[in-house]
Amino acid sequence: MSIFEMSITIFKSLFSKPATKMYPIKPREFYKNTRGHIGIEINDCIFCGLCSKACPTSALAVDRTAKSWDITRTKCVACAACVDVCPKKCLTMENKYTAPSTDKVTDHFAAEQEQ
Amino acid sequence: MAKKTVIPFGPQHPVLPEPIHLDLVLEDEKVVQAIPSIGFIHRGLEKLVEVRDYKQYTYVVERVCGICSYMHGMGYCQAVEEIMQVEVPKRALYIRTIGAEFSRIHSHLLWLGLLADAFGFESLFMHTWKVREKILDLMEEATGGRVIFSACLVGGVRKDWDAGLLKKATDLLKEIEPETKELASVFINDATVRHRLVGVGVLTKEEAYTLGAVGPVLRASGVSEDLRKLGYAAYAELDFEPIVETAGDSYARCVVRINEIFQSMDLIKQAIAKIPEGEISVAVKGNPQGEFFSRLEQPRGEVIYYVKANGTKFLDRVRVRTPTFTNVPPLVKMLEGCDLADVPVLVLTIDPCISCTER
Repeated sequence: MSIFEMSITIFKSLFSKPATKMYPIKPREFYKNTRGHIGIEINDCIFCGLCSKACPTSALAVDRTAKSWDITRTKCVACAACVDVCPKKCLTMENKYTAPSTDKVTDHFAAEQEQ
Repeated sequence: MAKKTVIPFGPQHPVLPEPIHLDLVLEDEKVVQAIPSIGFIHRGLEKLVEVRDYKQYTYVVERVCGICSYMHGMGYCQAVEEIMQVEVPKRALYIRTIGAEFSRIHSHLLWLGLLADAFGFESLFMHTWKVREKILDLMEEATGGRVIFSACLVGGVRKDWDAGLLKKATDLLKEIEPETKELASVFINDATVRHRLVGVGVLTKEEAYTLGAVGPVLRASGVSEDLRKLGYAAYAELDFEPIVETAGDSYARCVVRINEIFQSMDLIKQAIAKIPEGEISVAVKGNPQGEFFSRLEQPRGEVIYYVKANGTKFLDRVRVRTPTFTNVPPLVKMLEGCDLADVPVLVLTIDPCISCTER
């Protein structure tokens, strides 16, 4: 039983660098696997709608006739269930977060019209 | 006889990360009775099973709790796999074990930090969380999330731990083991810490058993029960013994958790040494039909997943019995006869997770 148990830890921390990162001066590094936000290569998309069926939060809306793909960013929980089911592998999980916002943002993607 | 006073404790209290309310009946400074009430953060996650199919529901159960998210997903997947008789690949079982043990370490470190905070040892709290942070970073690299891992799915796991990552995990253990030992010796030997913990809130073996205590609370009272001994995931092939203390006080509960951190480190090392090559998941087709109780050992104790399926993609019922729920009656017993100043520490020693309890 002693009252100086903590002293080694205290001296170590006294002579070492801070444990915290100097955010935001030094930006945060993301890992390859970090689930940030969903990206889509819209021209590869066949608008099958499997992603919107797999989505647990109903954040995705796929319109086959209008050839559009919408994602409500504030509903998306970045679980990547859609990425797993995509048959064309046009959905990707990007490792950066989307910018914070005060509105409920819906991102709209539409395929280029064929000539 | 002194006059009785009732003091409300919580739902908002500096020591409580989550809302639980206790009406403390006091005689002078002594608590004679504690009346708990919960129900402040009910979210209705069990009801969601009616509108989310059984694969989507995996993402819902992971959000039951932010600390034991990994094992909630694991328990649910185990239950559904058992109903559908899916044979999960060996490698997936080992990855689940490694992930589960890392989340046990981070949960126990979190608890140690909160305990230090509860008796006012701020710097110890910060140092414990500093160690925990490294585990969260590793988990993010492995699964993609710091808190919600989304690692398990019905039929296996979603992301593989390749050789580089396993090497990183081994290196991390080498790095945090001495750091944790250093901090553990403060919890075990420091006079001020012992002064606040030894002999406080004694729960005898009989009381712990009859009141239904689970996890470290039960093991600190001398009952050797650890559900990992059932041999789910890869635990059947790993060598370990449940960690038991006999004193039954707050100090014993602290020591059990500290020793479990080192036990988990050992289990991870064993699992990394034995992990087989192969697939990490199998495709699951069709819908489940039947019911199953899945039991597993979370950091806080035994969790039960009851899943009832009816042959469609929507399940009939999912019921989660979380460890904190069963640890509330032992808590009420512990509080009887304690000092008012010890109430925050005692509430923390059961490691309450109210968002689990209320779902």
